[in-house]
Amino acid sequence: MKKYEGKSVFGGIAIGKVLVYKKGEQQVKRWRVSDVKAEIQRFEDAKMAAVEQLKQLYDKAVREVGEASAAIFEIHQMMLDDLDYIDSIHNMIETQEVNAEYAVAATSDNFAMMFSSMDDDYMKERAADVKDVSERVLAILNGGSKSTVDTDEPVIIVADDLAPSETVQLDKDKVLAFVTVHGSSNSHTAILARTMGIPALIGTPVDLDSVDGKMAVVDGYAGAFIVDPDGDTMTQMEEKKKKDQEKKELLQTLKGKENITLDGKKVMVYANIGNIKDLAMVLQNDAGGIGLFRSEFIYLEHDDYPTEEEQFKIYKAVAETMAGKRVIIRTLDIGADKQAAYFNMDHEENPALGYRAIRICLTREEIFRTQLRAIFRASAYGKISVMYPMIISMDEVKKIKKIAAEVKAELAEQNIAVGEVEQGIMIETPAAVMISESLAKEVDFFSIGTNDLTQYTLAIDRQNPKLEDFYDPHHPAVLNMIRMTVENAHKAGIWAGICGELGADLELTKFFLSIGVDELSVSPGSVLAVRKAILETDVEKEREEQLKKWL
Amino acid sequence: MKEFKYTLTDPEGIHARPAGELVKQAKEFACSITISKDGKSADAKRIFAIMGLAAKQGQEVTVTADGSDEDAAIQAMEEFMKMNL
Repeated sequence: MKKYEGKSVFGGIAIGKVLVYKKGEQQVKRWRVSDVKAEIQRFEDAKMAAVEQLKQLYDKAVREVGEASAAIFEIHQMMLDDLDYIDSIHNMIETQEVNAEYAVAATSDNFAMMFSSMDDDYMKERAADVKDVSERVLAILNGGSKSTVDTDEPVIIVADDLAPSETVQLDKDKVLAFVTVHGSSNSHTAILARTMGIPALIGTPVDLDSVDGKMAVVDGYAGAFIVDPDGDTMTQMEEKKKKDQEKKELLQTLKGKENITLDGKKVMVYANIGNIKDLAMVLQNDAGGIGLFRSEFIYLEHDDYPTEEEQFKIYKAVAETMAGKRVIIRTLDIGADKQAAYFNMDHEENPALGYRAIRICLTREEIFRTQLRAIFRASAYGKISVMYPMIISMDEVKKIKKIAAEVKAELAEQNIAVGEVEQGIMIETPAAVMISESLAKEVDFFSIGTNDLTQYTLAIDRQNPKLEDFYDPHHPAVLNMIRMTVENAHKAGIWAGICGELGADLELTKFFLSIGVDELSVSPGSVLAVRKAILETDVEKEREEQLKKWL
Repeated sequence: MKEFKYTLTDPEGIHARPAGELVKQAKEFACSITISKDGKSADAKRIFAIMGLAAKQGQEVTVTADGSDEDAAIQAMEEFMKMNL
């Protein structure tokens, strides 16, 4: 038994034989052609077929991973339509009277060399794109599309690296998992690997020659590739795989379905994310949007205040990946249990009731303005909303709106495009609940943060394990607060959602629907389970019983 | 002939995606559109050439349009650059 560690880009367990995939550097022969015109036509036909294939790959990728990640296939199409590239091929065929295959391969080498000699790591990697598109044309010239895997039984593909088109084309029925020696988690390959929904590891230092044909296990959760597993490992992994399978099957049946109750009430089910890395999970689990984007991670991962540009890039990427679905960015919620050294915060006796979240933003406006600028700028690339945490007063909301309006005006003056940005607040203090009727008139939506709301309502520190016996997340005081918030939101004609942990509490789903909650934002892995609960609820029939049971 | 200068603000410079968008935008116009940087110039309708400029954040590029619809082209290109790069 030999165990390798790699970086997982998609979870799951696979057990099977290894097939080492070596790039069939297409052997290209050179020969003389007499009918140059016909040869050019042969190339043109092959190119058109290749563009057609890329269009299909693009559509497939858009459906499965979103527009932003699919864009590479659009760029590949453009590369094939590039006049320099085409001219070079035409020229070679004409002047040297050579076959199309040779002209394509030679041109591909030249362009790839141009990229790999560039003084820029990103551009160096583009050499692989040139080769990838050229190989597609070559495969068509050689008759038929290239089959990447030639096997009868499903296998674990192990390779040095895989081009995006190779990954996306792998026949799902024949591939159990893949493991590559190279590749980065930002590479197109890694992103596209997730479309396949199979376990995948990158950066795994496997000796390719020693593993071909052997039995192996890929554990995409632990990032492990185990070759020749022993009996115990095998039993353990088979058990893990079975559980995983059952979960995935349940989810598959729910994907693509609307979140609609038996009596026809539609609910938004969104996902909470704490890092840009969670985006793949959001798409895989078919969330309708992002209900809580915890922007703190950008601050916590930095050693100094993140710049507008750094933040903008992240927000823009999220907006583009979500391709028009709503993305609610919560502004900085630091303090209490989340600390970054460079904020130089004083020690506090009671940090949960201390200097945190919006309180920092309103006293250190420069931090807040930088973040808002980044958010507003990113709103030109998708449907971005912003929400503000830890609100306790109307005064705060008015101050925030004033700052936001100033930031917007400043951007307009600089001719920087911004989209329509809905502004909402988190309802997570009893104070906000009690004045929610007035607050609702000032904002576009409410999102109830049940974790803090529970801790502040019950006066229980959720970090203290001794208090567990006293802590009741279903306390009627909390549930009444939620009901009151939702009612006041509806009175003012705005929507109200829940983004705390309680939102994913399946025991309460029927109750939340009964009091008219419009949106539930939960961790990506819970989206489909919540959908299932919604599909099984008849609000009108069950309301009375639910209210009686919980309030 | 019309031209403008633009300093790139996108941290990644003209990488593959915006290069693709830029080419798409340039192809909407009949006039010739050229982007140059440090004496190297590239046809804005050719993706390899644009990527070959390896233009990075903070660098200045000059966009030139020459032809019947040069006014509209230069305006559209300037808007595109501000928005995407």
